[in-house]
Amino acid sequence: MFEWMSYNRGGIAGVIILGLVITLLWSIYHGVKTARRREKEQVFGDPERTMGGWYWAVCGVATILLLWFYYSWGMARAYFPKAANELCQVAKVHESLSPIVAQLPIGSRYFKSTDLVVRNVEQLDTISAEFPAGVFSAQEESQLRGIIAQTRSLISIYSNPNSIDAATRANLSQIVGDIDALTTRIQSGHAGLTPSDVALAQAPWGVTHEEIPLLPMTPRGVLFDGIAQELTGISKEFLTLRNMPAEASRLIEKTRKDIASIKANLENTSADEDIIKARKDYLKSVERVFKRLDDGTIFPANTLDEVNTAVAIMIDEVDTAKGSLGIIDAVFMPGEGVVKTRTICIEQGSSRWLPKPSDVVSKFSLLANPNLEDGGGFKGTRLLWVKWLPIADIVGFFIPDGLVDMLPGEYGQHDSDGQFMPTFKDNLLAFAQGEVYLGSIPMLDGHIWDSLFRVIVAMFFGIMLGVPLGIYMGVSRFFKSFFDPMIELYRPVPPLAWAPLILTIFGIQDDGKIFLLFMVAFAIMVISARTGASGTQLSKIRASHSLGASNRQILRHVILPNALPEILTGIRIAIGVCWGTLVAAEMLAGTTGVGFIENVARTVSDYELIWVTILIMGLLGLMFDLLMRKLISILIPWRGKG
Amino acid sequence: MSDLVCNELCMTFTAPGNGAKVEALKNINFTLKQGELLSVLGPSGCGKTTLLNMVAGFLNPTSGDLMLGGNRIEGPGVERGMVFQQGALFEWLTVNKNVDFGLRMKNMPAAERKQLVDKWLDIVGLAGFGDTPTYQLSGGMQQRVALARCLVNDPDLILMDEPLGALDALTREKMQSLILELWKETGKTIIIITHSVEEALLLGQRLFVMAPRPGRIHKEYQLDFAEQGLKESLRDIKQKNDFNKVREEILTMIWDMEEEIMGGV
Ligand SMILES: Nc1ncnc2c1ncn2[C@@H]1O[C@H](COP(=O)(O)OP(=O)(O)OP(=O)(O)O)[C@@H](O)[C@H]1O
Ligand SMILES: [Mg+2]
Repeated sequence: MFEWMSYNRGGIAGVIILGLVITLLWSIYHGVKTARRREKEQVFGDPERTMGGWYWAVCGVATILLLWFYYSWGMARAYFPKAANELCQVAKVHESLSPIVAQLPIGSRYFKSTDLVVRNVEQLDTISAEFPAGVFSAQEESQLRGIIAQTRSLISIYSNPNSIDAATRANLSQIVGDIDALTTRIQSGHAGLTPSDVALAQAPWGVTHEEIPLLPMTPRGVLFDGIAQELTGISKEFLTLRNMPAEASRLIEKTRKDIASIKANLENTSADEDIIKARKDYLKSVERVFKRLDDGTIFPANTLDEVNTAVAIMIDEVDTAKGSLGIIDAVFMPGEGVVKTRTICIEQGSSRWLPKPSDVVSKFSLLANPNLEDGGGFKGTRLLWVKWLPIADIVGFFIPDGLVDMLPGEYGQHDSDGQFMPTFKDNLLAFAQGEVYLGSIPMLDGHIWDSLFRVIVAMFFGIMLGVPLGIYMGVSRFFKSFFDPMIELYRPVPPLAWAPLILTIFGIQDDGKIFLLFMVAFAIMVISARTGASGTQLSKIRASHSLGASNRQILRHVILPNALPEILTGIRIAIGVCWGTLVAAEMLAGTTGVGFIENVARTVSDYELIWVTILIMGLLGLMFDLLMRKLISILIPWRGKG
Repeated sequence: MSDLVCNELCMTFTAPGNGAKVEALKNINFTLKQGELLSVLGPSGCGKTTLLNMVAGFLNPTSGDLMLGGNRIEGPGVERGMVFQQGALFEWLTVNKNVDFGLRMKNMPAAERKQLVDKWLDIVGLAGFGDTPTYQLSGGMQQRVALARCLVNDPDLILMDEPLGALDALTREKMQSLILELWKETGKTIIIITHSVEEALLLGQRLFVMAPRPGRIHKEYQLDFAEQGLKESLRDIKQKNDFNKVREEILTMIWDMEEEIMGGV
């Protein structure tokens, strides 16, 4: 079942995409219809307007999912499963052509020969202008200037149209002829071509790790593949061509000797260290230009015109032969399309860092698998599961061993037989240390729970300590002025800036992170409770005073409920900020948690895993927020109506 | 006896920004005997609410004395109940819980509380609304809850700041009768602020007309319409000639005051 789904993920995605498009259109239709009807009943700004409207939520979600499918090339994969394979063959053609194209003004402005001439002449000019004074003897200087002049005349020889020899000319026209022949073959189409059995047996696009099948699986692909193979031969041939007239060979020979002699000369003369270095540097720069020119790859102007035309026509013809494939490439594969490098074809563009939904789902199911032996979980911890927690552990955690030490009585000693009979106090100690079996209770376990646990504990303490302090700060001059500087000083510092310090003090495990989150939650809770408390209407306070309420009663029965909306909004914000901080803190250090997974995924560039963790964080954050919204509307129905 | 004595009472507000001073009240003198019903009338901003707030103990006078039953008023107390210009209800509580707030603070047993609350809700015409959250009530209903909340606490001195402003004509008349009955039956001292001259005449055994800038008592009346209101229908009283005469006189007075303010600007 799972394997079948995995193999047919393209088709499944196709069905889902179709469903999403229908959902999108339907929700827009429904939303517009409802809006038309309601517009008349409600005034703008009426809070009722922002309530409900779930069809717009559906519309939004569908849009996001469709965008995801689109930018991850999921649509191309679902509806044009063969396209990538065919484009791979086209990419092969371009790859085979690339050595020839490199010489031509295709994809650039100038012939490579022109570029080379211009660049090297420029450098020779610079070198002769910057000839160092007082470093070389007069004789050496004339020698060096001679070498520069020879290099310059080498360029002139290459550029002379008459210099090119007959054999090279013949070879060039041979290449032009070969390319033209291939172009004709492309024009005549792919009728009668059939893919090989080996090719057809390849896994479809996206199923295996290699992504795009390399061998051609369609007649059109076979055509391109064949063309590419022949082109590789032609390109090799082209690369062997040289423009090396006898005159140039002689000049090169002479210049080489000159350089060698001046080198030897320099070796033998002793001089100041600085001077030696200056000499060597200058000689090296002269030699560098010469070496760039001694291989005869500069052709005179217009020599490659015919090759250029032939290649341009061929590229045009390839584009024509691509037909609808070109449109699919442009529309459904945003980015640079399929590119062949060495032995594989790869997807280039957004799909490289944006994994397909199907891949993300399969990665998630792998991660969510609770069976650790079966490769589930991550780094030996499950994603989210239930484990049996011995009650003794909890008891042991809460009862300090020292308490037992303080009780009367003695700990046992071994007796004369070398036996140890535990006394009552020994048994108590075992109890306090959690070594007595007391049964187990089910408990959540896993990376997600670890993250949640940290947030929950931190929020608990943040609320329990922050709300009372905030309320007192809202009503008491002493509390406000005494605590205000402390809180306002640490609060504006981004939590992550505290992280290195806190993690050093409290350790990188739960303690440190919980304390860090507590700091975040505490400040937010104090401020929101304070705002809520100090915003109590004076007339309400006065009314409760003349109804005989004591200060304590006013705090409990008037100020606290009055601050409740602000407090709950504070909790909502604090949870969000804590969650964000936690993930970042887990990325800094630790061995469990959602942020830890992403950190590992980052180091190995596992984009699927990165997206899985991002989605988990996002969905959990969303869940928290929905929960809080619900809670707020249940707990404070009077909000905004007082 | 717990008389309310007000001696050379002054209240000056200082605006926090520019330090401008507002003489909300200047040299107020009066004595209100136990069981008297006082209504206070005056143009907007003449210091009526300020006076009431000081009697309730929410504000300390800048100078002068305010004594109740021989004791200086130095803070709010249960013996002085207040009904605010705006309800000041606790919107997170139901009608019941609002009304018995004072009783709960005194830790009165639930059964007794319920009895009292039911009685008072019935009196103000809100029987059956006990479990409604107050934010779901209309403005007039909210004002009646505030009234019940104050009265259920059985204060000696009842202070009301435009308690009936938000009520419809019919309920308003009923409430006016109710206040008169209460006054008669319980013998409580009541100060009631109102913007309606008719109401001030009907509900005032004594009536102060106040003038602004500085806030002061412009003229005082001794009336017997309140006594009559206990026996006759309020509508009949309003038809009477002497009632109309006083009403016209006071209206002219307030008109002149308003004109003076406008001209002064
Ligand atoms: N807290 C305050 N700070 C500064 N000035 C104040 C304050 N409270 C009231 N005042 C000023 O004191 C004056 C009297 O105000 P007060 O509320 O007593 O008027 P009022 O007679 O109750 O008016 P209304 O009939 O409109 O309720 C006004 O001019 C007002 O601007
Ligand atoms: Mg007022």
